Amino acid sequence: MDAFGGPIWSMAASPSGSQLLVGCEDGSVKLFQITPDKIQFERNFDRQKSRILSLSWHPAGTHIAAGSIDYISVFDVKSGSAIHKMLVDRQYMGVSKRKCIVWGVAFLSDGTVISADSAGKVQFWDSATGTLVKNHLIADADVQSIAVSDQEDSFVVGTAEGTVFHFQLVSVTSNSSEKQWVRTKPFQHHTHDVRAVAHSPIALISGGTDTHLVIRPLMEKVEVKNYDAALRKITFPHRRLVSCAKKKQLLLFQFAHHLELWRLGSTVATGKNGDTLPLSKNADHLLHLKTKGPENIICSCISPCGSWIAYSTASRFFLYRLNYEHDNINLQRVSKMPAFLRSALQILFSEDSAKLFVASNQGSLHVIRLLEGSFKHLHTFQPQSGTVESMCLLAVSPDGNWLAASGTSAGVHVYNVKQLKLHCTVPAYNFPVTALAIAPNTNNLVIAHSDQQVFEYSIPDKQYTQWSRTIQKQGFHHLWLQRDTPITHISFHPKRPMHILLHDAYMFCIIDKSLPLPNDKTLLYNPLPPTNESDIIRRRTAHAFKISKKYKPLLFMDLLDERTLVAVERPLDDIIAQLPPPIKKKKFGT
Amino acid sequence: MVEEESLRVVRCGGSELNFRRAVFSVDSKYVFCVSGDFIKVYSTATEECVHILQGHRNLVTGIQLNPRNHLQLYSCSFDGTIKLWDYIDGILIKTFIVGCKLHALFALACEDSVFVIINKEKPDVFQLVSVKLPKSSSQEIEAKELSFVLDYINQSPKCIAFGNEGEYVAAVRDFYLSVYFFKKKTTSRFTLSSSRNKKHAKNNFTCVSCHPKEDCIATGHRDGKIRLWRNFDDEKKYTYTCLHWHHDLVMDLAFSVTGSSLLSGGRESVLVEWREAAEKNKEFLPRLGATIEHISVSPAGDLFCTSHSDNKLIIIHRNLEASAVIQGLVKDRNIFTGLMIDPRTKALVLNGKPGHLQFYSLQSDKQLYNLDIIQQEYINDYGLIQIELTKAAFGCYGNWLATVEQRQEKETELELQMKLWTYNKKTQGFVLNTKVNMPHEDHITALCFCNAEKSENPTLVTTSKDGHFKVWILTDDSDIYKKAVGWTCDFVGSYHKYQATNCCFSEDGSLLAVSFEEIVTIWDSETWELKCTFCQRAGKIRHLCFGRLTCSKYLLGATENGILCCWNLLSCALEWSAKLNMRVLEPDPNSENIAAISQSSTGSDLFVFRPSEPRPLYIQKNISREEVQWGVFVPRDVPESFTSEAYQWLNRSQFYFLTKSQSLLTFSTQSPEEKLTPTSKQLLAEETLPTTPFYFILGKHRQQQQDDKLNEALEDELVQLPLTENIPAISELLHTPAHVLPSASFLCSMFINSLLLSKETKSAEEIPDDVSMEEEKESVDSDEENNFTEQVQDTNNTDLGKDIIHQLSKSEEKELRKFRKVDYSWITAL
Repeated sequence: MDAFGGPIWSMAASPSGSQLLVGCEDGSVKLFQITPDKIQFERNFDRQKSRILSLSWHPAGTHIAAGSIDYISVFDVKSGSAIHKMLVDRQYMGVSKRKCIVWGVAFLSDGTVISADSAGKVQFWDSATGTLVKNHLIADADVQSIAVSDQEDSFVVGTAEGTVFHFQLVSVTSNSSEKQWVRTKPFQHHTHDVRAVAHSPIALISGGTDTHLVIRPLMEKVEVKNYDAALRKITFPHRRLVSCAKKKQLLLFQFAHHLELWRLGSTVATGKNGDTLPLSKNADHLLHLKTKGPENIICSCISPCGSWIAYSTASRFFLYRLNYEHDNINLQRVSKMPAFLRSALQILFSEDSAKLFVASNQGSLHVIRLLEGSFKHLHTFQPQSGTVESMCLLAVSPDGNWLAASGTSAGVHVYNVKQLKLHCTVPAYNFPVTALAIAPNTNNLVIAHSDQQVFEYSIPDKQYTQWSRTIQKQGFHHLWLQRDTPITHISFHPKRPMHILLHDAYMFCIIDKSLPLPNDKTLLYNPLPPTNESDIIRRRTAHAFKISKKYKPLLFMDLLDERTLVAVERPLDDIIAQLPPPIKKKKFGT
Repeated sequence: MVEEESLRVVRCGGSELNFRRAVFSVDSKYVFCVSGDFIKVYSTATEECVHILQGHRNLVTGIQLNPRNHLQLYSCSFDGTIKLWDYIDGILIKTFIVGCKLHALFALACEDSVFVIINKEKPDVFQLVSVKLPKSSSQEIEAKELSFVLDYINQSPKCIAFGNEGEYVAAVRDFYLSVYFFKKKTTSRFTLSSSRNKKHAKNNFTCVSCHPKEDCIATGHRDGKIRLWRNFDDEKKYTYTCLHWHHDLVMDLAFSVTGSSLLSGGRESVLVEWREAAEKNKEFLPRLGATIEHISVSPAGDLFCTSHSDNKLIIIHRNLEASAVIQGLVKDRNIFTGLMIDPRTKALVLNGKPGHLQFYSLQSDKQLYNLDIIQQEYINDYGLIQIELTKAAFGCYGNWLATVEQRQEKETELELQMKLWTYNKKTQGFVLNTKVNMPHEDHITALCFCNAEKSENPTLVTTSKDGHFKVWILTDDSDIYKKAVGWTCDFVGSYHKYQATNCCFSEDGSLLAVSFEEIVTIWDSETWELKCTFCQRAGKIRHLCFGRLTCSKYLLGATENGILCCWNLLSCALEWSAKLNMRVLEPDPNSENIAAISQSSTGSDLFVFRPSEPRPLYIQKNISREEVQWGVFVPRDVPESFTSEAYQWLNRSQFYFLTKSQSLLTFSTQSPEEKLTPTSKQLLAEETLPTTPFYFILGKHRQQQQDDKLNEALEDELVQLPLTENIPAISELLHTPAHVLPSASFLCSMFINSLLLSKETKSAEEIPDDVSMEEEKESVDSDEENNFTEQVQDTNNTDLGKDIIHQLSKSEEKELRKFRKVDYSWITAL
């Protein structure tokens, strides 16, 4: 749907949710009516001189504030006319900048408009009179984002210097009702521009160019000092971005706008433990698959045999057939996708690459049989009545009989693929599932949750296994529970049924179910025991969790075969090297 | 009678002006600061000390304007009293006796009590208590009604602040801030993460200040941060902002009167003004010279005052321009040069600011000026090895000044520089004449000028650890106009490669004594021939000096092993020796007396003796509990006349000494009340008189009085005291504050009358300067006589007082003869 105003720079939904404002390049502010089935143009507001970069509704929905270049306009929603035009000072510390861009505005219910601009100012305006009330110069660079709390007693702004400032409404004296906005704490958790901020009831959330998402809890709002009270810095999405074709030794990497297919190198050399062996055959970059259109890739998968690739964007689903002829690759798109396969949240191939499972964003699960160059829709598991939650994690058993699917909050559903019906539902747990896998032979479902709990559920028995009950009774090691990133992948060793392999971004762990569980007194992160110690001592100190922190940040780790493990590391330095340089700041003492 | 009073050790000025925050009067005309046992009232416009409020018996620890009468000032002291003063007239109004040591004082407008910091039980646990000041008409009132407010606080008043007109009090200590609300009677406590965390290792609170209008507390921290706390009535919802500019600890904070700006200062010596408490909006006043210790703001809001670690107050305008500097004795550094007297200004000269010599007037307790010796920017940082000014000496009646500076980074890398400064009459200051790089190979241990009158060529001797002593003389510096002069090395002497440790010229300049470790060598200053050596094998010589006047044939040496030796130069033999662990050996330039201060385990003892006999003239035990580092005799402008034999050594000179904690002490027989004001004020009045006709009148008066007294009776009071008493008109004119004086026309007749009356009584005489000249000449004469006739004159039983009469009567005759020639032409000018 085109707004017919050039590029859209800003949008804001009305407090009631029924209207949408759009600020355009040509200086027009357009109001759209949102109905359940469509978006309809309603009216134009008075056209402004330059592009509208920020918009904010008054909480009552009667007025809006629009930030433009060098000024802020206040509109009356009923009449659509501009009531006030508040000019923003271009001056910056005595130096006149060419333009002052109002990057963010916020309209408070008492009529105050807060603006954040490129001169580093946060200003408070009285929208009734159109006058400047207070000016806070907080940065030498742009203030790029602003977010106000629901109670309107605090707000947060992000600057191009990577600093996030917290403002609070405090009373001037304890016995007067007069209140004033005071800049309180600065948080410097970013190196680059903070493009977006959000203010949750208990935390300040910020993100920007440096690819980190930072959640800073507000200590005064936190009731108990638990793990939520700690600062979180999220660098990678908590999803699997790499898929692996084990038999062909292929890895598929998912980027925002393209996919890359690589064949792993190999070596013939042998060496001791800890040696880095020279490659006899280098890794091959087989394929670079670009998406069509501007949409980001949501999910992707390569089949275990390596001959199918599927990926999905927000609106389209793509399936490709790969043919290998010696070193050449022949890519063939499977056309004529059915209408229901518009987009997917998760894609999974069965172990024999004969079936494709697609979790669509409407909550349904599609089972598709793949044939040479074509496909056939077998079945669709509809979501249970009353739930609209979509599945975002899938796991299939190696024998192809069972399919486990999990949404964001409800329990894990286990389907019988042969009979195409719901087999059972794992009891719901408070925390979302981050990884799922079904063990070969035993068909035990291993579930990892975001609070770092790991469960083992026997699908045939429809109950938790004995080991899972034991570990729940004893509890996990406190260091295990304090880890920062969720487990993103679980796999199994085909010859060692007692082993569970799992990893998060900072560690790789083998859980040996035959060994005793660690209690809080034992060392969780055990370094390799000295070789001169006898086996008895080694055995005595050993516990079920064998953890390696050698590779980090770890994006993917899986067993290729019984003797080969593949690990994908994404060094942060590489990401930072691709970023534009941060704003230079003089540091004292340098 | 003065003579009956016992001699006491008294603190003589030079006390810390920066001990506590200065306080402004409401009209900003005066600034008050504590100074030892006194409170000083300075004029903010002229920097002059207007009043000294005396009455406390111990260190004054806090001052505060009376909030209900802004013409009155409260003060508290370690002596356990709170005193109320009328500072305009300098009168003590009331004394409230509390009874325990008071560490700080806070007065609030809304209450009839004041708050003080005391420590009751343990020595390092301090409490804030409020003291109810009873209303009574009597002068001395007991105020024992204490009510406890806060416990376990920091003793410094910088760590306590009252906010919102006394609704709450904030106290900081270590890592926490506690706020006590008087109405609710609750305490909120906020703790910062402590030193265990490396990032917050320097989170300690250093000072606190409260916003005058809003509920906002500013705290300074050791890492240089300033935190502004708000919402502190809620222990959960409290919040704070950080302001960070200082790189080292914040020494003090002060809000402006309206609260619109916050002032902070620290070791950077920069006053920072934070406007609207915004990090980006700050103004600086840099280069204030030394660490800012305290900041205060005038109630009118137009002035700020910063107290600095170099004992200085700077009055600063609202627009951040320094307008006045009140400088006391600089005390925050090691004294290497010792105490010296500038012969011209009679000022005490010693190390001052880093790299400077300070000239400090003992009479007015004020620094006269600083002489920059090292002339390099001082970089204030830990661990930097600075250039130190180690030695200095005056020569030729203050015409020359020699200084030595050194810097030693490593054992082998010694940087030495000797500078010779000449006094420039035009600029009235010292000008660098000669700079000698590496005058010696090793540390210079001593330097001295030959101060004999007859020597036509200025001579300087330096001794060094490299085993040599060098003689430097002033020579023609081969300027084409033959006008420039400079110093060159004339002679290098050594003795068996021993380290030269001390040197000393005899009074007439004919002999030079140089000590080489344990051996003293005597050199002829004409030919630089080694005359003789003395060796007692009693340890290295620490001090060396010649006797003076009648005792000039004696040489004294004090060794490290605690032996004091006296050699007779004529017989070249040891005259006597005594066991004394000597710290200071200082000859009086005006008499034969030599003062020695010895160090023992219990304290320091003073001995005054003449070299001619080992029995001391005067002994005072326990003059100070700590080690005395330096001492000096300061010639008196007007001789005293103690008749008691024990105090006669104080007639011509006063003895000042400096202890290890750098308190400047002296001996006085006067009670502390009359000690400073009468004399100092009088001297001030007399010194400031220019040589106008008026001066001659006054000068004659003084002469008269002196003669009167001397002729009548010796056991009289202070010589100069009767002056003001006898001519009330003059004293009234000179010593009443200008603003309370009646009009000049009213005073004129009274003043003229007083002059006329006194003029009838006696005929005019000579100005006193001549008298002293005569005296000196005479003494020199006798001195030379001694040398030439080689006779031992017994001066011990000669009374000094009789001496004076004798000399004065002689001089009187001369003056009377001269008197006929005096020009009275100025009378026509009247």
